[in-house]
Amino acid sequence: MSFDFPTLLNVFISGLMTGLVYGLMALGLSVIFGVARVVNFAHGEMMALAMYTTALLFSAFRINPFIAVVPIAACFFSFGYALQRLVLRSFVARPQHMQFLLLLALAVVITSTLLIVFGPDARAVNLDWLLEPVVIGELLLDQAKLYAAVVACAVSAALFAFFHFSYTGTAIRACADNWLGAKIVGLDVDRLYAIAFGIGASCVGVAGCMMILLVDVTPGSGPAYTLLAFVIVIVGGLGSMSGALVGGVLIGVSEALGGFFMAPSAKSMISFALMIMVLMFRPRGLIAEKL
Amino acid sequence: MNRRNFIKALTATAAALAPFNIVRAQNNRLKIGVLLPKSGLQGLIGQSCQKGADLAPAVIRDWLGVDIELMNADTETNIDTARTRAERLIQNGVHCLVGPFDSGAAGAIAQVAEQHGIPFVINIAAAPQITEQGYKFVFRNFPIASELVKNGLTLIEDLFRATKISPRTAVFMHVNDTFGQANAKAIATLVPQLKLTFRLVETISYDPAAKDLTVEVTKAKTTKADFLLLVCRLNDAIMLRREIVKQRWNTMGIVSPGSPGMYESQFFKALGKFSDGCISNVPWFDPKSTLTKAVEAAFKKQNPNDHLRYHALNVGYTFEAILIAADAFKRARSTDAQPLTDAIRRTEITNRMMIGGPIKFNAKGQVDGNLSACIQNQEQKPMVVLPPKVAEATPIFPWADYKKA
Repeated sequence: MSFDFPTLLNVFISGLMTGLVYGLMALGLSVIFGVARVVNFAHGEMMALAMYTTALLFSAFRINPFIAVVPIAACFFSFGYALQRLVLRSFVARPQHMQFLLLLALAVVITSTLLIVFGPDARAVNLDWLLEPVVIGELLLDQAKLYAAVVACAVSAALFAFFHFSYTGTAIRACADNWLGAKIVGLDVDRLYAIAFGIGASCVGVAGCMMILLVDVTPGSGPAYTLLAFVIVIVGGLGSMSGALVGGVLIGVSEALGGFFMAPSAKSMISFALMIMVLMFRPRGLIAEKL
Repeated sequence: MNRRNFIKALTATAAALAPFNIVRAQNNRLKIGVLLPKSGLQGLIGQSCQKGADLAPAVIRDWLGVDIELMNADTETNIDTARTRAERLIQNGVHCLVGPFDSGAAGAIAQVAEQHGIPFVINIAAAPQITEQGYKFVFRNFPIASELVKNGLTLIEDLFRATKISPRTAVFMHVNDTFGQANAKAIATLVPQLKLTFRLVETISYDPAAKDLTVEVTKAKTTKADFLLLVCRLNDAIMLRREIVKQRWNTMGIVSPGSPGMYESQFFKALGKFSDGCISNVPWFDPKSTLTKAVEAAFKKQNPNDHLRYHALNVGYTFEAILIAADAFKRARSTDAQPLTDAIRRTEITNRMMIGGPIKFNAKGQVDGNLSACIQNQEQKPMVVLPPKVAEATPIFPWADYKKA
């Protein structure tokens, strides 16, 4: 195989952008775990739900996914908040296998609902202008991926600012750091957990809006996203926001380069190999910091 | 009459009538278990095949005068699910199995059918090994990969002759599943044998569940091959076509030597004008056949907003698989597995829907002589462009996107 530097650069940049989108996707999972210590096994299904919602808004009302991001993020915040307050709250102190079963049941409910409402057909948002690449010299940048990567960076920056500079954000971090201490100083831990879950869910909503620009969605798409998000957060560090982004980028770039130099069908093998190595040599993930 | 006598009389009556009930049930209606991937990765194609199954009972009643009852099951694009659903259908009393549009699933169902001694008629699956195991109850009315690819490659040469274009190189991309690998193996064997005018510069396999095909297309683009020879499924075909546009790959076109994907209705819905120009050399229906006309009328009645041409291969072969079972049932006059299987083995249907010779099974349970047509997407419709005898339009190659250097 012969290739030149611009080709290699294109592959690298494409992997980088894909990685940022992956990171955005895994961010919600990391935020929820980082605060509430709940592993959201319905993560991929929630993402599929967000993708369907975006596709529906686009097909029914021609709402551009970049605009739909705002109402969908708000709706998903409410959904996450309500889910934590009404269902998950009583499970926080219970054994982890019960949380696992609960969220798995939620995943099945979401998938079945999507199947009943939308049928098995794939849904997509087809914007012809997104097929035109952004050309910078010899670089051809996929517009959809580029915008999704920008959104990923913006969401991460906004989350960082929220958790470090706002009162609520600092309080959530305090809860994540020391649940009992937070309770003793009078913080409303249940409400803060619900807000964190809402923020995590809204991250999933935003990721879904962006992801539908890249791939079609079917009711059965969820488990693959859950698995991918798990791989990313394990590599980056479960509960770490920057870890999710770093993990996403690492997997995106290694899959792209590995696929280019080796067999493309071995791409997922590369990400799992990376995860095994991290589990062996750095089990807490590459960036093992707290939220 | 006391209670004891009443029970005795009831038991005696039931025992006396039971055999007649069985005979009546056996003779009047054939229960066919239809296994298709109606959800999961191949869900759209499974749904498309299901349309062929749904219209079959009414058309077959008119055509052969026999009653069939379908018991549908979803394989969920999963080989293990296909196996368990086949088991369940047999437990529920089906007399024959039909399906499942996938070589991997077909292999699994074939084992179940053999264990239970229930005839299994494969609608669509090309992996040759399924009919190479010496199975007694497994039948296939679909070309095996080598036959499919041979027909497809021959049609590619016909296409180049018809368009007076001589591409020299091709890059071969294929899905890395049972079907894709069987095709890849057949292509690797047949390309040197057939002395084609073009050569393969590289073979790239990819995951059928891939969420992103950027790298694959970049890799193919770097080969600077004249055209793309593609063995795909549906979702990957859509992603791949989008990626070709995004990466501005100046290729003469995409030609499939015999795979699904590019003639499916979802391909047109998802890609719009970008679906045009893609070519699939696949088994297709004969538009002039009387059976096709009957199926087309039934299809229109059941799907007023759809058209048979978007489901040609899926509906055609699924319908024919059910027709084979129904025809055998008519001749065997029994739903018992052995007479039904023997009757299937003796099948000879000359008036058929799909292009090719009569439906007649060889010793391995395989129908030889199923032919392909060259289907090109033109004005967002799949059109037969070759062979000239059944052509509806003129082939266009290279496609409109191609810019001559």
